[in-house]
Amino acid sequence: MTALAALIRRDIRIALRVGGGALIGVLFFLTVVVLMPFAVGPDLALLSRLGPAILWLGALLASLLTLDRLFMADHEDGSLDLITMSRTPLELACAAKALAHWLAAGLPLIVATPVLGLLLNLDMVATGAVALTLLAGTPALTFTGMIGAALAVTLHRGGLLMAVLVLPLSIPVLIFGVAASQAAITGPLSFGAPFSILCALSLVSLVIGPFAAAASLKHGLD
Amino acid sequence: MMLSLGPYASFIVTSYAAAAIVVAILIGWVIIDYRSQRERLRELERSGVTRRSGRSAVDTP
Amino acid sequence: MTLTDLANPTRFLALSARVLPWLAAATVILLTIGLYQSATAPDDYQQGATVKIMFIHVPNAWLSMFVWGVMSVASLGTLVWRHPLADVAAKAAAPIGASFTFLALLTGSLWGRPMWGTYWEWDARLTSVLILFLMYLGLMALWRAVEDPSRAARAAAVLTLVGAINLPIIKFSVDWWNTLHQPASVMRMGASTLDKSFLIPLLVMAVAFTLLFVTLHMAAMRNEILRRRVRSLQMMQASRVAFSSEVGTGSREENASKGVA
Repeated sequence: MTALAALIRRDIRIALRVGGGALIGVLFFLTVVVLMPFAVGPDLALLSRLGPAILWLGALLASLLTLDRLFMADHEDGSLDLITMSRTPLELACAAKALAHWLAAGLPLIVATPVLGLLLNLDMVATGAVALTLLAGTPALTFTGMIGAALAVTLHRGGLLMAVLVLPLSIPVLIFGVAASQAAITGPLSFGAPFSILCALSLVSLVIGPFAAAASLKHGLD
Repeated sequence: MMLSLGPYASFIVTSYAAAAIVVAILIGWVIIDYRSQRERLRELERSGVTRRSGRSAVDTP
Repeated sequence: MTLTDLANPTRFLALSARVLPWLAAATVILLTIGLYQSATAPDDYQQGATVKIMFIHVPNAWLSMFVWGVMSVASLGTLVWRHPLADVAAKAAAPIGASFTFLALLTGSLWGRPMWGTYWEWDARLTSVLILFLMYLGLMALWRAVEDPSRAARAAAVLTLVGAINLPIIKFSVDWWNTLHQPASVMRMGASTLDKSFLIPLLVMAVAFTLLFVTLHMAAMRNEILRRRVRSLQMMQASRVAFSSEVGTGSREENASKGVA
């Protein structure tokens, strides 16, 4: 347990220090959302209607792009080999790394949501709903994206290939995340049903992600 | 025998034709690929590279 | 004849060479019967003659999922049993599966045009097949992006299995999303129980297309085995060239440079 806690603490510290790059994700999120009005026009009514979808897409892309380096830096300095050889099961170590990544790169996105909601003319309820769905949904994005990160490090290929492989897997999260926030804002559906499915998706990916990532690391690293 | 396909004949014919074309491309790809791989194996053997088992790579059916 | 007997690629080549003509013949016969039956099948009282598209659309849609299933079993073979032919099977299946998925999409869209009045409707089935198609293409991109086949095989195996777990989830989400945004004009297709006069040609066509897949898959696996032989021979040749240029002696170098040219 202490090994995992140490791993989490180390990863968060690395992500937040100079050159860590976790906060660039927030900046990217901000930039994508600011770009949107230039594409669809500054119509506030339209923006508030599209708001949840824009925020969700921004968060999806931001969390995917920051994941690129989840294992890469550790692979380059050799600490990934130490992690795979250590006595802690690799699945747990992967889960710990993903959790640390979510704390360092996912949570700031959620904190930034209210500010961006203001820009998109979302009221308090809508912003709260989007932030809540992001809180429930971004772990699923991180944990499925981790599979892509593990593949990226074993294949020495990152970037576009990884995005192409992982994005289709994140469609369910996107569907239920946006649906839950829309349900809270305009109805007619109840917020509970899509939101609980979203939570279920997060829990499922919490299981699948570490196993798949560990499998690809175990078989892929030589 | 004449088929009466109704007002949407073109859609039906197009979908069957598309299926035929894609399947033909697949078959063609498999055959051309097979020939080119065999050709390359023969060339390699002619240049004196042999498999570790010493058996010919091409003669096995 | 067990799976371990097939583990030897040379034995697989010998066996498949004997089986392939029979498979191809069976495919041709069944396909002819199926095509004849679907040509003589009656028109649907609701959809008219366009129901004939079903005989080609449904087998392709079935194969698009079946091939992913085959690849998943092969991926288990790669990761768990380390069967030497498993990754050959997985790699050979991907482009064939993608082709069938493309056909399912295309015929579905051509069926949709008379039924819905538009080529593309964000209908639940079409949308999930589209996502499946994207995943096939991603998998093929992965195979192409990596030089070393065994390294690519393990990555592709993980991804195929994750996809196999995720596909039902994606299907469920898309269904749910579709009922949320249900456009009023969509006619449900294939929902009613099928009459015997449609069911029998459909089944024959489905079996014929499955046989077609098995035939193509086996032939593609043979090609893949040959391709790997070419690759390993080329690498031997390359190392020989490197060796002889280091030593700088005559006969070997002559031999090798002839091979390069």
